[in-house]
Amino acid sequence: MSNLILGIETSCDETAAAVVEGAQTVRSSVVSSQIDLHARFGGVVPEVASRAHLDLMIPVVAESLVSAGVEAPEVDAVAATTGPGLVGSLLVGVTAAKSLSLVWDVPFVSVNHLEAHLYASFLEEPDLEFPLVVLLVSGGHTMLVLMEGHGRYRVLGSTLDDAAGEAFDKVARYLGLEYPGGPAIDALAVEGDPNAFNYPRSLVQENPDTMAEDRKLAFSFSGLKTSVINHVRNNPDVSTADVVASFQEAVVDTLVTKAKWAAAITGAKGLCLGGGVAANSRLRERFLDMCIEIGVQPFIPSRSMCTDNAAMVAAAGWWCLQIDGSSPLNVGANPNWGLPERI
Amino acid sequence: MIQITTKSVEETKEFGAELAKVVNPGDLILLCGDLGAGKTSFTQGFGLALGATCPITSPTFTLANCYEGDLVINHLDVYRLTHIEETRDLGLHELIDDQSVTLIEWGDVIAGALPCGYLEIRFNLGETSEERNVHLQIVGSEWEDRIESIEAIKEKMC
Repeated sequence: MSNLILGIETSCDETAAAVVEGAQTVRSSVVSSQIDLHARFGGVVPEVASRAHLDLMIPVVAESLVSAGVEAPEVDAVAATTGPGLVGSLLVGVTAAKSLSLVWDVPFVSVNHLEAHLYASFLEEPDLEFPLVVLLVSGGHTMLVLMEGHGRYRVLGSTLDDAAGEAFDKVARYLGLEYPGGPAIDALAVEGDPNAFNYPRSLVQENPDTMAEDRKLAFSFSGLKTSVINHVRNNPDVSTADVVASFQEAVVDTLVTKAKWAAAITGAKGLCLGGGVAANSRLRERFLDMCIEIGVQPFIPSRSMCTDNAAMVAAAGWWCLQIDGSSPLNVGANPNWGLPERI
Repeated sequence: MIQITTKSVEETKEFGAELAKVVNPGDLILLCGDLGAGKTSFTQGFGLALGATCPITSPTFTLANCYEGDLVINHLDVYRLTHIEETRDLGLHELIDDQSVTLIEWGDVIAGALPCGYLEIRFNLGETSEERNVHLQIVGSEWEDRIESIEAIKEKMC
């Protein structure tokens, strides 16, 4: 059985590599954050991202092997994120992984980036009980996923317009806060009043029992973003701290309420957080309170496991290998790859 | 220049649906306007009218989304791009073909690098927080034969 997996992640702005043993023990996890590079541009710039991935790929893989104390021939399989993400960036990681798998003569495993986020929690808490609902929130995605077992999951609902992290970034950019917008808002919100302004909470101000099935666990943040921007445009002297605190509260309210509904609908035993926005302090605090209130086992991964990393790719790769076997080398980068439904 | 006023997000989507009826394969549409002006809402109405079944979401992070409907709908967002050279990576020349229609949010930023003529739709804030003044402008020859159809949409929307 393949035990030592090298994971590679390049779907967005992180070049990352990690060595994980048996989907549980993280031997190394190297994330070469490109935030310094991107801060100058105020966002993920594809050309810059793919060029930087190219420069960083080999040093990051080498560092992951050295700090794991692993010699190349000991690696049993190479897993890489093949989608969704920026195509130029994905290709760097996918090509590196395939090349290593050929040279070392070990299996290549294609991993869905969203599936990798689901497995981040299992790296820190392997005994999570099923059925489990995962609230996955990042710059590009906002969704609730029901996991009924390893390799068995389906999307319960996702965003109808903007992802939560995107709303954070756009509001931050409008207010002139630094990049990335999420941490900047998290820090400034502490100084503001979360109840100063009552921004709209879309799709949660109705009774869930009478809502259409396809809206009940869906999200919408576009109206909130527009509402905040209009408010600031019309009231230029308003306190930025109050605006961001109230905006953050509206996002967190929405996310926590939907997660609570999802737990009630599915009878889940546990609720997990995942994705970059799961690093937000207020979301972590309110999510935990809600789980305690409804008596469901909570799990909130450490911040470094919420944001993009390759350890979660290696862990998901280990499970994919057990369940589906290795991937053919003609599997390419798939920028639009949604989370596949696996029941 | 043709101007249309929409009074709500729903009307912006409705306008998108009406415009979808006059597109030809290979068309290019630029969507301009500030954050929250209605670019994605327009595209949602537009895509639904062309039979796209997946929910159309903001392409800001993914940069390019693709939906299957009566035509392939390429939905791009160049909000993050700051250098015109970066548009090379979007592969516009490959995307624009006779099976698809391409919409580019914040497309005015890369107007100089576009491979063909286009319809520019600019969303400006109106008098109320919901209202939008939509300006339509044709650049190049590709859309000239649709001026009358667009005028008809304006009459219908009033």
